[in-house]
Amino acid sequence: MMFRPVVLWTDALIFVLLAVILLFAVYVRRHAHLRAPWRGVLRSPAGLASAMVLAVFVVIGLLDSLHYRPALPVQSGQSAHYGVEVLSVLDRLLTDLRTHTEKTYSAPLATHLYARETRLQPDGHSARVYPRLEYGGAQLADPQSDWIADIERRIAIGSAKGLVLAGVLLLIALAGRAFKTRTGLAQAARDIKTGALPWRTVIVMLTLLAVSGCVLAELAAGYHVFGTDKVGQDVLYGTLKSIRTGLVIGTLTTLVMLPFALLLGITAGYFRGWVDDAIQYIYTTLNSIPGVLLIAAAVLIMQIYIEAHPDVFDTAAARTDFRLLFLCLILGVTSWTGLCRLLRGETLKLRELDYIQAATAFGVSDWRIITRHILPNLQHLVLISVVMDFSGLVLAEAVLSYVGVGVDPAMHSWGNMINSARLEMAREPVVWWQLTAAFVFMFALVLAANLFADSVRDAFDPRGKRIDVYE
Amino acid sequence: MIAYLLRRIAYALPILLGVNLITFALFFVVNTPDDMARMHLGMKRVSVDAISQWKAEHGYDKPLLYNDSAAGFSQLTDTIFYAKSARMFALDFGASDDGRDIWNEIKVRAGPSLAIAVPVFVIGLLVNITFALLMVFFRATYLDVWGVVLCVALMSISGLFYIILGQFLIAKLWHWVPISGFSSGIDALRFLLLPVLVSIGAGIGSGARWYRTIFLEEIGKDYVRTARAKGLSERRVLFRHVLQNGMIPILTGAVVVLPLLFMGSLITESFFGIPGLGSYTIDAIQSQDFAIVRAMVFIGSALYIVGLLLTDISYTLVDPRVRLQ
Amino acid sequence: MILPVLLSACGESTWNDPYPATQRDSNTLYSAFSERPKHLDPAQAYSSNEAEFIAQIYEPPLQYHYLKRPYTLVPLTAKQLPTVTYYSADGHVLPADAPAQRIATSVYEIHIQPGIYYQPHPAFARNEAGKLRYFNLAPDALNGINHLRDFEHTGTRELVADDYIYEIKRLASPQVNSPIFGVMSEYIVGFKSYAAQLKTVAREQPPGRYLDLNRYPLTGVEQVDRYTYRIHLLGKYPQFQYWLAMPFFAPVPPEVDRFYAQPGMAQRNLSLDWHPVGTGAYWLTHNDPNRSMVLERNPNYHGERYPDEGEAGDKQAGLLRDAGKPLPFINTVVYSLEKERIPYWNKFLQGYYDASGISSDSFDQAIQIDAKGEPQVSDAMRAKGIGLVTAVTTSNQFWGFNMLDSVVGGQSERARKLRQAIAIAVDFEEYISIFANGRGIPANGPIPPGIFGYRSGAAGVNPVVYQLVNGQPVRRPISDARRLLAEAGYPDGRDAKTGAPLVLYFDTAASGPDAKSRLDWMSKQFAKLNIQLVVRSSDYNRFQDKMRRGTEQLFEWGWNADYPDPENFLFLLYGPNMKVGKNGENSANYNNPDYDRLFDQMKYLDNGPQRQAIIDQMVTLLQHDSPWLFGYFPKAFSLRHAWVSPSKPNLMANNTLKYRRIDPALRDKLRSDWNRPVLWPLVLLLLAGVAAIAPALWVWRQRERGKAR
Repeated sequence: MMFRPVVLWTDALIFVLLAVILLFAVYVRRHAHLRAPWRGVLRSPAGLASAMVLAVFVVIGLLDSLHYRPALPVQSGQSAHYGVEVLSVLDRLLTDLRTHTEKTYSAPLATHLYARETRLQPDGHSARVYPRLEYGGAQLADPQSDWIADIERRIAIGSAKGLVLAGVLLLIALAGRAFKTRTGLAQAARDIKTGALPWRTVIVMLTLLAVSGCVLAELAAGYHVFGTDKVGQDVLYGTLKSIRTGLVIGTLTTLVMLPFALLLGITAGYFRGWVDDAIQYIYTTLNSIPGVLLIAAAVLIMQIYIEAHPDVFDTAAARTDFRLLFLCLILGVTSWTGLCRLLRGETLKLRELDYIQAATAFGVSDWRIITRHILPNLQHLVLISVVMDFSGLVLAEAVLSYVGVGVDPAMHSWGNMINSARLEMAREPVVWWQLTAAFVFMFALVLAANLFADSVRDAFDPRGKRIDVYE
Repeated sequence: MIAYLLRRIAYALPILLGVNLITFALFFVVNTPDDMARMHLGMKRVSVDAISQWKAEHGYDKPLLYNDSAAGFSQLTDTIFYAKSARMFALDFGASDDGRDIWNEIKVRAGPSLAIAVPVFVIGLLVNITFALLMVFFRATYLDVWGVVLCVALMSISGLFYIILGQFLIAKLWHWVPISGFSSGIDALRFLLLPVLVSIGAGIGSGARWYRTIFLEEIGKDYVRTARAKGLSERRVLFRHVLQNGMIPILTGAVVVLPLLFMGSLITESFFGIPGLGSYTIDAIQSQDFAIVRAMVFIGSALYIVGLLLTDISYTLVDPRVRLQ
Repeated sequence: MILPVLLSACGESTWNDPYPATQRDSNTLYSAFSERPKHLDPAQAYSSNEAEFIAQIYEPPLQYHYLKRPYTLVPLTAKQLPTVTYYSADGHVLPADAPAQRIATSVYEIHIQPGIYYQPHPAFARNEAGKLRYFNLAPDALNGINHLRDFEHTGTRELVADDYIYEIKRLASPQVNSPIFGVMSEYIVGFKSYAAQLKTVAREQPPGRYLDLNRYPLTGVEQVDRYTYRIHLLGKYPQFQYWLAMPFFAPVPPEVDRFYAQPGMAQRNLSLDWHPVGTGAYWLTHNDPNRSMVLERNPNYHGERYPDEGEAGDKQAGLLRDAGKPLPFINTVVYSLEKERIPYWNKFLQGYYDASGISSDSFDQAIQIDAKGEPQVSDAMRAKGIGLVTAVTTSNQFWGFNMLDSVVGGQSERARKLRQAIAIAVDFEEYISIFANGRGIPANGPIPPGIFGYRSGAAGVNPVVYQLVNGQPVRRPISDARRLLAEAGYPDGRDAKTGAPLVLYFDTAASGPDAKSRLDWMSKQFAKLNIQLVVRSSDYNRFQDKMRRGTEQLFEWGWNADYPDPENFLFLLYGPNMKVGKNGENSANYNNPDYDRLFDQMKYLDNGPQRQAIIDQMVTLLQHDSPWLFGYFPKAFSLRHAWVSPSKPNLMANNTLKYRRIDPALRDKLRSDWNRPVLWPLVLLLLAGVAAIAPALWVWRQRERGKAR
C-alpha cells in the first residue's frame, strides 16, 4: 500500500455528523411540512448565496479530514513502514503550496524576500540585499520587467478558466434538470427562470466562486498569493488548513452538547418537580463559573492525560487533534446551558397544551409523548440555535487562542494566525498579509454562516422573537 | 417579596458551594500543591525542603478533601478544601499564593474595571438603541437593508481585529491616545478612550440588530396601529410608544449583566494594559495562583446570582402582572 | 466631544503622553517591568526582573566594577576586598597556596565602612525617649494606614556588621525560604543544624509570629566589632567571594524585620518582600505592582563616585565623561507595568521609554549589518538619534539529550554517534540568523565568552561539528552526519534491522506564536537526516515534571550565570548534580566519571594555565560525548535614545542605574516632535459622518412630507 489511512478522532466525528445530516436531509425530503421551510431558505437570495459559500468551505474541510500516512520506501526484506507525518487529501492536492517554503517573510505575490540579508557580491564585498525567492516568481527571468505582465496573464487565464468552469457547471445542472423533466434544455432554462429559485443569484455566485477559485489557483502556481510567514510557509496554505479547524469547532461543539441540552432541557420541563430543580441547579452552577477558567482547566487536564499516555498519541497530529476535540467538548459544556434553558421553557409551555394533556389522560407513555409530540415541536428551536451558535464558536476560537487556551499552537487555525499577526503588526515595515488572509477567510465563513442562520430563522420562526431573547 | 428574596438567597448557597467544589476539583486535578510550590519558588536551585516549607506556610500540606488521619468531624475540616473555602462565604479571601491580600487587591482593581465596563455598557446601550431606532424609522427603505447588512458584517468580524486595528491606527499611526496603560483621575480619560471605543464598536453589530427586531416586533402590535390611526406622527409613535415598550425586554435583558460589570473584560483589559479585575484573573490563570482564581470565580458566580435576582425584580417593576412567589 | 476632552486633558501638542504632564522635563528615567516581581526580599529574590529593583536598593559588601572586563570585584560597602584565611583541620593557619584537600575551613573577614545610613523608614523612627516608635503597636494603631507613607514619622540608622549577620541567618530561616540555602548549607559552618534548630523553634511558636534570629547564634558567622564580621566556610570555596556581591548577602536591619512582623502588617501588604529597606543609591517610594513602581534618589545615600578608569576604548565611547562625579545622576526612575513587548516597543519609538531591547520582529526596523558584518542602527533609527549597545551575555541556550534515555542517551558508541550526527545536522548558524537575527555566537562548549575558560578562534572549535577551512570553522557537511547516522545503525534514518523509521521526541514548554515557527524549524533540521521529530509541547509544570522524572528525550534549556566563573557553567554537567534523583541542575543527566574527577580539581584552582588546561580537557570530553547541542550564546542588543548618555552593559552587576544619565530637555523636545497627532483622519471621519447622514435626512424629509400630504 502506498499509504495507511488514519482516522483521527475529529475525523470520525465529522463523518458521523455528516451521516446524521444526510439522514436528516433524507427524512426532511420525505416530509412535506418539513421540506417547506428549507425550500424557503434556498429561495431567499441571501440564504442560497451563503449556502453556496458554506458548501465551498465544507468541501475544503472534508478534503482536509481524510488523513493518511504515506508509506516510506521499502527496502528488501523489510516490512512496510509509514511516515509519522499525517497528511490529508487536501495536503496532497496542495503539495506544491505545502513544500514550497521560503526562508522567511515575503509579501503577497512577491519575487523577493521581505527582509534584507547580507550576501557576498561578485566583487567580494558583502551587501545587504533583498534575495530572490526560491519559489515565488522563480519562473521570471527578470522580475522587474516581467512581473506585472505575468500577473496580468495569470489573472486573465484564471478568469477565463473560471468562466468556462461556471458555464460548464451551469450547463450540467440544466442538462440534469432537462433529463429529469424530460424536456429540452431551453425548456428547462425557461422553467428555472420562471421558477421560485433565485437563479440570478446562482449564476452570479457560481461565477464569482469559480473565477476567484481559478484565479487563486493560477496565481498560486507561480507565487505565494498571500505571501509567506516567519519561517517561509505559504500563508494561503495555512489559511486553507485553518478552515477545517474553524468548521470542527463550530460544528462538533454543537454535536457534543446537543444530546445534553435536549435530554436535560426536556426532562426538566416535562417532569418538573425535583428533576427540574436538580437540572436547574446544575446549569445555574455551571453557568456561573466564568467560561475561560473552565476551559483553561480542562485544557490543562487534557495535557496531563496526553503525557500519561504517550503511546496512544504517537504522532503530532494525534496530539493536536486530541486537543481540538477536547476544546470542542469543553466549549460544549460551557454552551449547552443556554439551549437547555430555552428548551425547558418551551417544553413547560408545550406540555400544558390541550392535545398533550389529552394524550397524558389517555395514558400514553411519557417516552412516546416526548418523542412524538414534544421533540418535533422543538425541532426548529434546536435548528435555529445550532446555526446561530456556529459563527459565535468560530469567533471564540480566535479569542481562546489569544488567551493561550485555544487549539494547539502547532495547529493551523485563524486564532493562531491572528495571534502571530499581532507581533507582525508591530514590525516596520508592517507585515500585514497574515492578518489580512485570516481576516478575509474568517470573515467570509462567519458572514456566510450568519446570513445562512438569518434565513434559516426567517424560514422557521418568522416572528424571530424567541431566539433573539435567548441570544 | 421579602420572603421570596430570602428564599432566593438561601437557594444561592448550594450553588456557590457547587461552584467552589468544581473550581477546587478542576484546579487540583491539574495542579498538585508541589507544582504550585515550584511555580512560585522559581526555576533555579529549588530544593525539596523549600517545597515542603512553602506548602506548610501556605496551608497546602493537608489532604485535599478528606483527612484520614484526623478523627471525627475534623476528617472533613482539617483539609485544604475546608480551610480554603469556608472563610470565603464571609468574604475573607486571605492572601494570594504570593503573599498579597486578595480583598485589598480586588478593591483596588475594581475601579479601573468599572471605568471601562460602565461607559461601554451605558454608551453602548445608547448607541445600539439609536442605531436600531434609526433602522426601524427607515424600515423598508434601502437604508434599513444596508443597515442590517452592515450589522451582520460588523458582527462577523472577530473582536480581536477591532482591537488590533484600533491600536494600530489610532494609537500607533495617528498618536491620538497612549498605546496602553492606565492612570488615575481625569487623566485616565485618555487611556480609556480607545478601549471604550473599540469595545462599543465591536458590540454594535449584534446589539443594534437585536434591538431592531425587538422594536419591529413592537411596531407590529395593535396599539401602535391605533396610535398611528389617531394621527400621531411617526416620530411620536416611535419615541412615545415603541421605544418605551421596547425598552422593557432590553432593560430586563441587560440587568443580568450589570453586576458582572465588576468582573471587567478579560481581553480588553489585557490588550490595553488596564490593571482591572479581568487582567487579574487572566494573570492568575497563567501563573496558576489558585487563591486568586478561586476568589474570582466565587465573586463571579455570586454576582451572576445577584444578576438573576435583579432580573426577576426588574420584571415585577416593569410589569405588575408578574408576581414573585 | 472627544476632541475637547483630549485637549483639556493634556493641553499641549502631544495627546499620547502616558505620563502626567508635570513630569515632562523632570530628571526621570522611564522604564518598564513586564511582570510583577515576586520577591523584593534580598534573601528570596533570584530572578533578573527582581534583581533589577533590589540591586539599586540593597548593598552587599562587594560589587562588580562597572567598566572593567573581565569582571572584577570591588568593594561597595566594604572598605576593601575581604581577607581570606585558610585553616587546617587542627586549627593551623595555612598559606594561600595550600592544596584544597588540606583546607578544613576558610574564614572571610569583611570590614564595612562606617557612616553609611539607611533610607528613611518608619521602623527606624524613635520617639522623644529614644524608643522605637512603631514597635509593639496596639492592635488598632494601624487603622487608617494602608501604605508606608501613611506613617507620620520616619528615621534612619547607621549600617553595622550585625545587619549583615542577621541577613545570613535569615537565609536559613524557615519563614524566609531562601533559594540559596541549599548551596550555602554545604559551605557555611553550622548552617544545616542552625536551620534545623530554627525549624523546631518556629514549629513551637504560633504561626506567623516573629522569629527573633538574634536570640539564636550561628557558629559560622561572628561579629568582630561594630563594623567587622567573619564568615567561616567548610573547606575551600573560592567562588564564595562572588556570592558576596549578590543581594543574598546584603544587610537587613533586625528592627525592620520585626516591624513588618507585627500583626496587621501582612494584611496591608506591608512586608519586607514588598517594601525593601536598604542603603543603596535609590529607595522604592511608590510600589503599585499593578501600575508602576518608582525609585527615587535616597536622601541618606553615602555617596560614591563614577569610576575613573575602564577598559581600553571606554574613553572613546564616552564612558569616562562622568569620571569622578558623584553618583547617582538621575533623580527618579519610573517603572511602568508593560506586560507585552509590542506596546513597549511602540512606546519606545514614541520616546516614552528611554531604552529598549530588540525583539526579532523589530530587528530589521532597527538594525542593519554594515559591509564589515558589524551591526549598526538603521537609517530611520539614526535619524532619531537612537544608539546601539551590544554585549555577549553570560548565558547560554542549548538543546540537551536526556542521557538516561534508551535511544539517544548513554555512553554506548551507537548513541554517541547518533548524538554527533544530530549535532552536525541542527544548524545553529541558521537558527541564529532567523530567530535571533544574528544576535548570537554559535557555541562550541558550555562556557560563554567573557568567562575564564572560553576559547575563541580555531583553538575552541568543536571538531565533532566543525572542520577548519582556511582557518575558518565551517559546519561539517550533512553527508558526514548521514555517515555517522549509518554507523549508529540508522542508515537513512531507518533502523538497519527492522526498517522502522527513527522517531525522536522533543519536549518543550514553549507555546504561543513564536514557538510554532521555531518548532517547525526544529523538525526541518531533523528531516535533513530523515529523522522524524515529534514535538511534545506541554505546559510549564508538566515539562518540569518530565525533566525531574527523566522521561524526556530532547529538550531546550538555558543558563544565566550567577557569577563569572567557569564552575558556574561546568557544574551543569557534573554527575552528582543530576536532575533525576538528585534534583540538581544537570538537566541532561550527564554522568561521566572522568569529567566529574576533572571538575573536582578545577573547582578549587585559581584562574591560570593549569585551570585552563583542565577546562580544555573537560570541554573536549563534552564535545566527544555531545550530551548537548551546545546551541549559542545570545548577544544582547539594546537601543537607547539620544538623550540617554552612553552606558556599558554589565551582565554581572544589576546596580548600574546609578551610573546612568539623561538630558530631559532634549527628550521633551524630541517627544513633542515625534508625537504630533495626525488630524486628517478625524476630518475624514467627520466628512464620512456627514455623507452618511445626508441621504438619511433626505429620506426623512420625504417621509415627513409624505405624511403631511
